[in-house]
Parts: sequence; C-alpha cells; structure tokens
Amino acid sequence: MDRAAASHEAMISCDGLQTLLDLLAARGYEVIGPTTRDGAIVYDRIAQLADLPVGWTDRQEPGRYGLERRDDRALFGFTVGPQAWKRFLHRPVETMWTMRKTEDGIVVAGDEAPAPKFAFIGVRSCELHAIAIQDRVLMQGPYPDVAYQMRRENAFIVAVNCGQAGGTCFCVSMQTGPKAESGFDLVLTELIAGGTHEFLVGAGSESGAEILQNLPQRQATESDFASASAIVARTAQEMGRHMETEGLRELLLENLDHPRWDDVAERCLTCGNCTMVCPTCFCTTVEDQSDLAGSSAQRVRKWDSCFTMDFSFIHGGSVRKTARSRYRQWMTHKLATWIDQFGTSGCVGCGRCITWCPVGIDITVEAAAIRAAPHPLKGVADGDG
Amino acid sequence: MPQPYRVARVKRELADTVTLDLAPMVGTRPVFTPGQFNMLYAFGVGEVPISMSGGQSHDVFVHTVRDVGTVSGALARLAPGAVIGLRGPFGAPWPIAAVAGADLMIIAGGLGLAPLRPAIYQVLENRDRYGRVVVLFGSRNPTEMLFRHELEEWRQRLDVDIDVTVDHADPAWRGNVGVVTKLIPRAAFDPQKAVALICGPEIMMRFTVNALRESGVAPQRIYVSMERNMKCAIGLCGHCQFGPTFVCKDGPVMRFDRIAHIFARREI
Amino acid sequence: MATVEEILRQHPFFASAPDEEVRLVAGCGRNRMFRGGEFLCHEGDPADEFFLIREGKVALDIAAPGHAPVVFETLGVGDFVGASWLIPPYRWAFDARAVELTRTIGIDAACLRGKCDADHKFGYEMMKRFLVPLVKRLQETRLQLLDVYGKH
Repeated sequence: MDRAAASHEAMISCDGLQTLLDLLAARGYEVIGPTTRDGAIVYDRIAQLADLPVGWTDRQEPGRYGLERRDDRALFGFTVGPQAWKRFLHRPVETMWTMRKTEDGIVVAGDEAPAPKFAFIGVRSCELHAIAIQDRVLMQGPYPDVAYQMRRENAFIVAVNCGQAGGTCFCVSMQTGPKAESGFDLVLTELIAGGTHEFLVGAGSESGAEILQNLPQRQATESDFASASAIVARTAQEMGRHMETEGLRELLLENLDHPRWDDVAERCLTCGNCTMVCPTCFCTTVEDQSDLAGSSAQRVRKWDSCFTMDFSFIHGGSVRKTARSRYRQWMTHKLATWIDQFGTSGCVGCGRCITWCPVGIDITVEAAAIRAAPHPLKGVADGDG
Repeated sequence: MPQPYRVARVKRELADTVTLDLAPMVGTRPVFTPGQFNMLYAFGVGEVPISMSGGQSHDVFVHTVRDVGTVSGALARLAPGAVIGLRGPFGAPWPIAAVAGADLMIIAGGLGLAPLRPAIYQVLENRDRYGRVVVLFGSRNPTEMLFRHELEEWRQRLDVDIDVTVDHADPAWRGNVGVVTKLIPRAAFDPQKAVALICGPEIMMRFTVNALRESGVAPQRIYVSMERNMKCAIGLCGHCQFGPTFVCKDGPVMRFDRIAHIFARREI
Repeated sequence: MATVEEILRQHPFFASAPDEEVRLVAGCGRNRMFRGGEFLCHEGDPADEFFLIREGKVALDIAAPGHAPVVFETLGVGDFVGASWLIPPYRWAFDARAVELTRTIGIDAACLRGKCDADHKFGYEMMKRFLVPLVKRLQETRLQLLDVYGKH
C-alpha cells in the first residue's frame, strides 16, 4: 500500500463525494466519518453527506467545547472532536483469548473474528500523524499487535485539510499540519466560494488513485490549487496555541522536581480524560474474567490510563501515588521520553487534552511555565546517581 | 497466548514462599537466559511476572513465588498436578556471557536471590571463564533465608567466596549480623575488573550500588534487576514504564548508568 | 614481631594517615587477643579502651532477663569496636564478644583523649577519621531498621 504524497489531483463536487461514500460502501468498507451527536462531533458510521456536520463548526478552549452554526454549508468546517480514530484501530475493549478447562488441561482460543475494513472519512493531518505514531508503538516493537496491524492494513483513509484552526490547536508547533502530507489514500480540501461547493482531491496511494478514477470529476485548475493553498496557509496562521519544542525533552527531564508539578497537581483531578481523548495514548490493561464454576475464563484488554491509582501498582502499593507524579508521568512521557522510546514526540498538537480537561489544564502553558523558570538539578549528569 | 503448564513439583522454601517446577503439557519448554521472566497465569485469577529461578539444564521452568497478592497467593497455593498458563520468556537477562574474564560480584537481598540463582548456576558451570566470584546475600533473619541449603553447598566450593548476613539475628545464629552492604568492603575483588549483579528490594539495591561505587566500581559495570507493574510483558500496555524504559523489554536487568538519573528519584 | 605502630599503619582505618598521627595513636595502643566466646567489654563498664580488629569477628549483643542475648551487629577486619569512649560518661552501651579467635589493637581511651586535648590539630584529624565509620554505621543501622526484606 503506497502512501506517498498526493500524486494525482482532480476536482469533485458534493455529488462526487457522495459517489465516493457509495463506492466505498459497495466495496465492503465500513464507512466512518464525523457526525453530530450529543452536542459534539464524533466519528461514527455515515452513508449520506447529510450525516456529516453540515454547516457546523466547533468552538474550543481549555475545558470548553461547543458547536456553533456556520454561515455556509461546509461539510468539514470544524476541527477535531473528543474521539480519535484509535477508537476503531486500537479498540477500547478487545477479547484476547478464551480458555476452557478440560479433563487433561486447558484449551486456549484466540479471537477468530475477521478484521473489519474501515474507510475513514475526514482524517485531519494531526490525526494522520497520530495514526503513524500508534503504528510505530504497536507494530514496530519485537511483538507487533497483530489485530491492530490487520485493521490498519485494511483501512482506507480519506484525509481532509483543515479549513480553520481550533482554539486549542497547535499542529504547526508540532510540525504535524495543517496540510496533510502523507499517510492517506485520498486527501480533500473543501473549497466553498460564491455558489460553488467543490473539493480538490489528491490521491496518496495506488488504491486511492484507483478509486479516484471512478469518481465524476473535472480537471483542477491553477486557480483551484491556489485557493486550496491559501486555505491551508490561513489555517496555519490561526493556531489557537503554540508549543515551543526546541530542547523540550531536555527541559522536562532536567526539571523533574520543578515546583510547577506541585502547582498542576493542585488542579489536576487525575480523571484521565486527557488520555482517553488523546489520539496517541495507547496504554491498556487486562481483565481476567471467569465463570462462577471456574471452568472457563477469558482475558479482555481495555484502554487504561496512567492517571489511575492502580496503573503502577506493585506489591505493597503504587509507585506513583501522588497526582503530582501521575501528571508528571503523562506529560514527560508525551513530550520527552516518548522520543527516547519511539523517535518522535508523542504529541501531535490536536489540542484535545486542553479542550476536554474539566479544569482546563493546558499542556502548552505547563511546558511554557517550566521553560520560563527552569530549576535544573544540581550536580546531576548521566552516570551520576 | 498462555501455554498450558503443569505443576510438576512444589517445594516449600519459606513460610510464604514456594518453588514451582512447571512442565510444558505440549512439547518442550523454550530456552531462556538467566534474568528473564515468564508471565504466570493462575486460571481465572490473573497473571504476574515471575523470574526464572532454576537452571537452564532442567526441562522444566523453575519459579520461586512469594505470596504477596491475589495472583501470587493463588500461585503459591497450587498443588502438584495443577495447570496454569505461561507466557514467555521475556526480558533482558543478566549479561553473564558478555563479561568473561571479569571478577563477578553477585549481591542478593531477600527474595532477590531467586532471579540471581540461574546466573550463579551458569557461572559455576563455566567457572573458568571468570576471575574471582563473590556471592553476597542479605536476608531478613536466619529462618527467612532463601536457598539456605544451597548456599551452604556453594560454600563448600574452593573457587567461590560466599558471605551471608542477616538484618536481625536469633539466639542460634552464629554468622554475620548487619546489612549486606557491610560485606562489600571485606569481599576480595578488584573494582577495576569487577562486574556487579544486584537483585533485591529497591532500597537495598540503591544502597548496594552506592557502596560498590564507593569501592571504585564504575556505573557501567553494575547491573540491577528492576520491577514494575506488568500487564502484557511485550512493551504494548505501557504499565511497566520506568522513565524512558519499559521494564519488560529494556529490563528487568538494566545497566545502572543508563538509569542512574532516575534510580533514586521518587515515583518515577 | 611487628610493633603496634607498624600494625596500625597496615590497618584500613589508618590508611593514608600521616606517620606522625599513627605514631601518636600507637603510643596509646597495645596488642589484645580474645578467644572465641571471650568478651571485649560489658554494658555499663567504663569505656577505657576501644579496639581495632586485625583479624576475627566480634558480635555486639544485648540481653534482657529471661531471653537469650540477641546479636544486632557483627564487626570484622577493618572495623573498630567501641564509640562510647568518645562521649561522656564514657561507658560501654553494649556487650561485645569475640565470635572466634580475634586479634585487635586495644587503644587506651583516656590516653588518646588526652593527646587530642593537648594537640587540637591532631584531635581534629582523629575526630574526622572516626566520623567516617560512625556516620556509615548510622546509615547502615537505619537500613537495618527499615526491614526492607519484610512484606509491606
């Protein structure tokens, strides 16, 4: 599956976009896209363009999220909601195996269900990076997650270049957008001007190019390309937040006892919302369940959060008891030790953790506060205890 | 997925500690390297990581389990013939093969002797590859001394120095009393040539590392065995993280200089 | 037959000490040997002497009526037995018993305290030298107290 940058471009209308949805459904894809529900834009099954959040946008600030009507009928006129695509690829609940006791031992069976084929419509650049980050975490270690791998390989990705930046967005700082560069099969830029409502479509893979050929389209003009570029450039200027990434890893690892951690601990509820909405958080736990007779058992894997008290439990107690240590763990992992582990930052600048924190803790503000007044440790260098 | 293993033998070591011999029900057991661990699954209860505590020449997996929680308690109460699930081997092992020619300081505290026992076996089976071999062991008291009989057997050998101590003596005890670090200045080893393998409670390991460094052993020549909460043992669930490391795959055996900056830090 | 001074110079406690310092201490010292089971001192007795162990093992213990004595520390080559001579009222706090044949240099406490009072520079060096094993022993004792091998 080739996922190089857009290699074939065309213009399609809204009808063309509907044709795309129909074509994917006809080919057996479960088509997932943004839709409004319960006052938010979430990802769920869609079939018609009308299922999309037509004419809606979102207003996001620390601890605040709300939908507002736009004055046009844009289909993708918003940024990201509380859900990430990891809901489908790295499922919240997964049965690992079931076990039965027999006369002479135990019989173990894995999860035999075939992997679903998802088509994701409207994946933002930050989310493409997040998927790539989870690919690295879950597939490139010595023990790849096979179920994730199959869902990932089956997935068809239609990306969307953001037409606006959200109040908590900072993809520009993290170099993850707003323009989708790679990791998609098709990429759309929504162009609404005067009476026309069209999409510049680019193919990013062979399967994308093949599907594109089947859509009613017209040739893209220089003017179309210019409009699309202008939209992306404007989005890049409107970022709601900024994260200074220069030397960020060292800054955090050299300030593990900074008073700011105590400060944020007084605010943090350790509710774990940030880890649930974050598109790169991958931690899971397992639950061993058995029937009352003890004759069969199963192991279920569930999303977990490093904010829970149990997360670091060893005999005697948890290693990270205080809220301070748990917030520090999350933030230093996301922005610093993730780089040691996987070669990139774990943060894609989507801003979800800021929006969905009930008390509005802002990771960019916390990092800036430490940077403004660093307290380097005295006399510690690598190799000295 | 867990493989079925049958408990072939249960040996009671201490009041709350047993050694289980686990035989594969299908095929032969996988090869392992001293320092590694398996995830042992008590049917319907849960899984815990337990280091191998036996030799590589046995055709069973040998694990010494202390009852400290729900799952370990269930494992410690198993009878011969019981069936459990086993996944493994996992983890980074003691660097025994890599340190030929060095003097070996093997320092254990409490139950920490169990993950070191396979290393001691391997060293003694290849004795001529190493310089001086010193085994120091600190135990809580004489009745809670793990593998005491074996320690006495090793002591009979002329080519290894064994010294043990207890934190708290009883009236019958005629040996050393005091913490295990006290045995280090008296041990005969060349700090420039020595490689240290340490296993025990974290506090004990911290003090032992300090004592070794004061004796002149470089941080790159000291190895400790770390322990953290584990769910998957394969680097995917995130629970065992210790700073930038995953204890399940970057450990449990870790070279000290690589974790020196976080080793003594709280709640990392 | 080595002199007390030569023996002290070899002893780890005086490693890297200037010759003059060793000579002054040796002037207060003499060879003392204890057979296995013999007591070096008893709790409550005047702490007239302290001992640098050359060879052997010494157990520090304390007894309560009706109970066998409990050894709470053993000391060996390189250690010194006795710190109570450093502070008034100069009385032994514990019993010390040779576990096996133990050779020591016994140092007269009053003699050494007198030399420290007469020459403060020498006194300061002696105090610095004694502080090292004393502080270490305090750290080790605390570690012993923590009962790290117990279940928590």
